[in-house]
Amino acid sequence: MNKKKGRKSILEGTGFLLMITIALFIVMYVIGCLLFADKGFAKPQVFINLLISNAGLIVIAAGMTVIMITGGIDISVGSVVAVVCMMLAWMMERKDVGAIPATLIVLGFGLVFGLFQGFLVSYLKIQPFIVTLAGMFFARGLTAMISQDMISIKNEMFLSWAKYKIVIPLFGRVNRRGEVMYPYIYPSVVIAFLVLVIIFLMLKYTKFGRSLYAVGGNEQSALMMGLNVRRTKLYAYVLNGLLASLGGFLFCLNTCAGFVEQAKGLEMDAISSAVIGGTLLTGGVGNVFGSLFGVLIKGTIETFITFQGTLSSWWVRIAIAALLAFFIILQSIFASLKEKRK
Amino acid sequence: MKDKSLVRRITGHRLFMPLVCLAIVLLANLLRQPDFFKITVKDGTLYGYVIDVINRGSELVILAVGMTLVVSSSAGTDISVGAIMAVAAAICCFILSGGQVSVNEYANPYVLGVVIALVLGAICGAWNGFLVAKLRIQPMVATLILFTAGRGIAQLITNGQITYIRVPEYKVLGGSISGLPLPVPFFVSLAVVILAYILLKRTSLGLYIEAVGINPKASRLVGIKSSLIIFLTYAFCGLCAGIAGLVASSRIYSADANNVGLNMELDAILAVALGGNSLGGGKFFLMGSVIGAYTIQALTTTLYAMGVSADQIPVYKAIVVVIIVSLQSEELRKWFKKKFATKKVVESEVA
Repeated sequence: MNKKKGRKSILEGTGFLLMITIALFIVMYVIGCLLFADKGFAKPQVFINLLISNAGLIVIAAGMTVIMITGGIDISVGSVVAVVCMMLAWMMERKDVGAIPATLIVLGFGLVFGLFQGFLVSYLKIQPFIVTLAGMFFARGLTAMISQDMISIKNEMFLSWAKYKIVIPLFGRVNRRGEVMYPYIYPSVVIAFLVLVIIFLMLKYTKFGRSLYAVGGNEQSALMMGLNVRRTKLYAYVLNGLLASLGGFLFCLNTCAGFVEQAKGLEMDAISSAVIGGTLLTGGVGNVFGSLFGVLIKGTIETFITFQGTLSSWWVRIAIAALLAFFIILQSIFASLKEKRK
Repeated sequence: MKDKSLVRRITGHRLFMPLVCLAIVLLANLLRQPDFFKITVKDGTLYGYVIDVINRGSELVILAVGMTLVVSSSAGTDISVGAIMAVAAAICCFILSGGQVSVNEYANPYVLGVVIALVLGAICGAWNGFLVAKLRIQPMVATLILFTAGRGIAQLITNGQITYIRVPEYKVLGGSISGLPLPVPFFVSLAVVILAYILLKRTSLGLYIEAVGINPKASRLVGIKSSLIIFLTYAFCGLCAGIAGLVASSRIYSADANNVGLNMELDAILAVALGGNSLGGGKFFLMGSVIGAYTIQALTTTLYAMGVSADQIPVYKAIVVVIIVSLQSEELRKWFKKKFATKKVVESEVA
């Protein structure tokens, strides 16, 4: 209604990118349903499993979106997930810490980690990439320092969180024995969606959310408008650190173990999800729901490869890199078109 | 007065900080293990910790040369070098083995494998360069694509297996020849450094790269093709990664797609930063990066000698990176200057 023309033209390109993403996801899913119809790709549970196995990534991608809106990047998240899982496993199994205090400790760790990285980025003005690259290696090394061996979690309370099935009384299917089977989700999915909605509302309706866009769009203008650019960036990194550790916690609910090689390359999945979802690398533009679709596309590719059975897992990486290249090039074309129009 | 200026001149020299860092690492070793500097001679070849540093640091030196130019021209870093190393190693072993898992003699001529590996490395670099220079994508994100896909491609080439080349000549590039006092990788890295030095200092290429790094728009206006220069630095960086990949693969006479060049990107960036180069682009000091590379290798060797496991080493390196980049930070310097200045004022007022 009261959308100004100028604003609309900026949104045009990115809105178009988001539409491509959603269309791509739907097309891929339909192709999957047709190709693997005999293996039950179309079952609602398959779709829900997509959410279950990627709950952690959804939260991490939301954090990454926030960082990328400010024009930064965080490649330490994969390692943070590894160290969070390891800390949880180590505290609960080796030190007999309860599940609740252990969870709070790791969330605190994420907060402090984000605070430190944010300080280096916003107050010392070091390139975010360098800071988080150091953070990535630091966290991964820390994981190895805690334990070199894999630790499985056997804490009853933690396992009860992980295995608590929430049944959805919809889309019931009759199985071979004649019982009606309803699809179910785990609490991790609920948490992930809660986070998604909170971040969405925060970005859209709070002062902090709007200043994130302002800082990412043009730092100089944001500064002249009287926004505290440094503090905004710092808070963005703190929030991202917290979300990364929360994502790690959700990830741990899925795997119930901690080991050094865990979640390697997850940062890449998060960044590519955000980019595929229409978040601009240059900052100032982004949407968490776009990132959700980015995650879902990645999940669909993975499901494809599991259902196909003979392709090896590194095809996921290659496919994602190809998609990422495609979307990055699209973005760059849009950017140059916009420049020309000016 | 004159004395002060001499001290200033020494401390102000661009190689001062890198050399001090190297000296600190070496000194720490001297105090901990006196036999660190012991060198023994076997078959006319030298052995010892120091030689080991020089030997193992070769790949890093080669990578650092390429990385220095990339950082200088585009103010960004190429994080795909480790993955490109793996790709180059994989294609070389694939060609030499003719697709077998383990061979005792070459299926194809050695030169063919090397040339194709180097060309592929340069192509990978050119792809990065195309994204950065032509499509204006942030260097880090552009190279992220190969960083992810690179090892997958390498796996694809080797078919997911570790390809072994059990031919004695294949080990030469990463080993040592009896009679030569230093291992072969050192000479390879020396050749790369000298070649790069001549290219940059004897032609105006070095000047162009610095100009583009300092201000791409102004350089374009004075007639330097900025995008071509940036593209070339990335292609050269890819070529360097290819060479480093060959050396690394020769050391283990195989292509291990998962482990060749693992974590090397951080080391290479660290070497450039340690060498006194600003990660913000512009002026570069090739020798500084080379010294930086040896410093890091010395640090790694020291940590290994102290019994730190390979998985844990990144923690120490990350701490070193953070300290170095913090020291380089303009903001911190300004803050220190302010502190220092107010102190001086207070002192003079007291006096």
